[in-house]
Amino acid sequence: MSEDTEIPTDLRYTPDHEWVRQENGSLTVGITAFAASQLGDVVFVELPAPGTKVTAKQPFGVVESVKSVSDLFAPVSGQVTQINAALVESPETVNDAPYTQGWMIQIQPDDPQAINTLLDAQGYRAQLHHH
Amino acid sequence: MKKTILHPNHVNLGATMVPFGGWDMPLHYGSQLREHLVVREDCGAFDVSHMGIFDLTGPGVDDLLRLLLANDVAKIPQIGQGQYTVMLNERGHCVDDLIAYRLGEAFFSLVVNAGTLEKDLAWIRIHAAAYGVEVNWRKDMAMIALQGPQVAKRLQHCLLGELEDRIVALKPFHILVADGWRVARTGYTGEDGFEIMVDADRAVALWDGLMRAGIAPIGLGARDTLRLEAGLNLYGQDMDEQTNPLESGLGWLVAWEPKTRDFIGRRMLETHHGQATNRQRHGLILRDKGVLRNHQEVFKDGRRMGEITSGGYSPSLQKGIALARLEPGLRVGDTCEVMVRGRGLVAEVVRPPFVAGRKGG
Repeated sequence: MSEDTEIPTDLRYTPDHEWVRQENGSLTVGITAFAASQLGDVVFVELPAPGTKVTAKQPFGVVESVKSVSDLFAPVSGQVTQINAALVESPETVNDAPYTQGWMIQIQPDDPQAINTLLDAQGYRAQLHHH
Repeated sequence: MKKTILHPNHVNLGATMVPFGGWDMPLHYGSQLREHLVVREDCGAFDVSHMGIFDLTGPGVDDLLRLLLANDVAKIPQIGQGQYTVMLNERGHCVDDLIAYRLGEAFFSLVVNAGTLEKDLAWIRIHAAAYGVEVNWRKDMAMIALQGPQVAKRLQHCLLGELEDRIVALKPFHILVADGWRVARTGYTGEDGFEIMVDADRAVALWDGLMRAGIAPIGLGARDTLRLEAGLNLYGQDMDEQTNPLESGLGWLVAWEPKTRDFIGRRMLETHHGQATNRQRHGLILRDKGVLRNHQEVFKDGRRMGEITSGGYSPSLQKGIALARLEPGLRVGDTCEVMVRGRGLVAEVVRPPFVAGRKGG
């Protein structure tokens, strides 16, 4: 279970199980190991085109596993600058490496401070324990 | 929530457990995809003890089953033969699909779905009394399915001793009964395989032996994608008490001859038999990337044709596949549109199975 509940301390999190990594003002977004484990084998990821505007807490894409379909929620508002096109051919990367190669989109946030509204690792872990 | 005798074994194996038909069952033991492919390439073991085993005994059992079942047990005259069949209500709709095995003189065993078990038992008992037939739900028996192209080579791990040779020689849908074992050459994956019914103690020993031998445990998740690839219906999704077997791709199960056999549902079913207006069951393969899901709507040239009854992802084809019940007019090779999140995705109409099964049922 340890890898299912891996929660890196250098990332920020949403209650919907997305993680966010800040690099040079740009935010990289993926889903947590817990979310990937709950979904089961991911077989399809639908991501927005670069340039798309996303809104905090609104769906920006879809992840389909063998057993279910789930919306992906934008952690903050902004513009999509890049997507992980490799997930089209290798969606299983989301299960294998959720925090690294399994990333989904990069966002240029409207508000550079918005990331501070998100959960830290400790807050996200506390939320998981409420499940 | 009911638990099978193997429940602690699943938990120890780290299975993700889910409710299914009132039972707490393993969904997967880590990866549904991996389990699926193991069964297609090698062999896997399934706990299917949640399914119902009903023993029917009494001199009128042939007549009872010729009344209750749309297929005709007179077509399996020899002891040790089995038959896939469907039980209908008076409206000609499906009460359940099941396998009937002839186990002896005036002795049949029926293997029914978990979710319909109690309804089936009540329905059968209503009619059994008049035929002098006793119905015994064999709760004492567990059931393990072994499925996959390498299954015959794995039987040595099944503690069957000298029965092994006779089991390997079984034809599809035949069953061997000996020393309290019941071993049938059937399954729900499209692969060669066996369903092994035995008392709880020996079932646990069998399961442990299979695990020690390195045979992969397979959860309900892979069981569903395997049966979908094999084009096999799931009761409650592809057929139910609102649909008849003719619109669920099961017309071949209905034994119309002899005409004098007045099985339950026959008269209503006859009004649909051969009608061009019947809805039909089709297979769909998604051309675009993605996954098909139950209840997604299917369109042809803007006209709604029906909906998907079982949709999913085919690990073997790496495409979305589905069974759908559609208005007449579509043919194999045609394309149609499936509405997925507000968009029409192109799918091709095919004749199931989606993956060519090697052997068995």
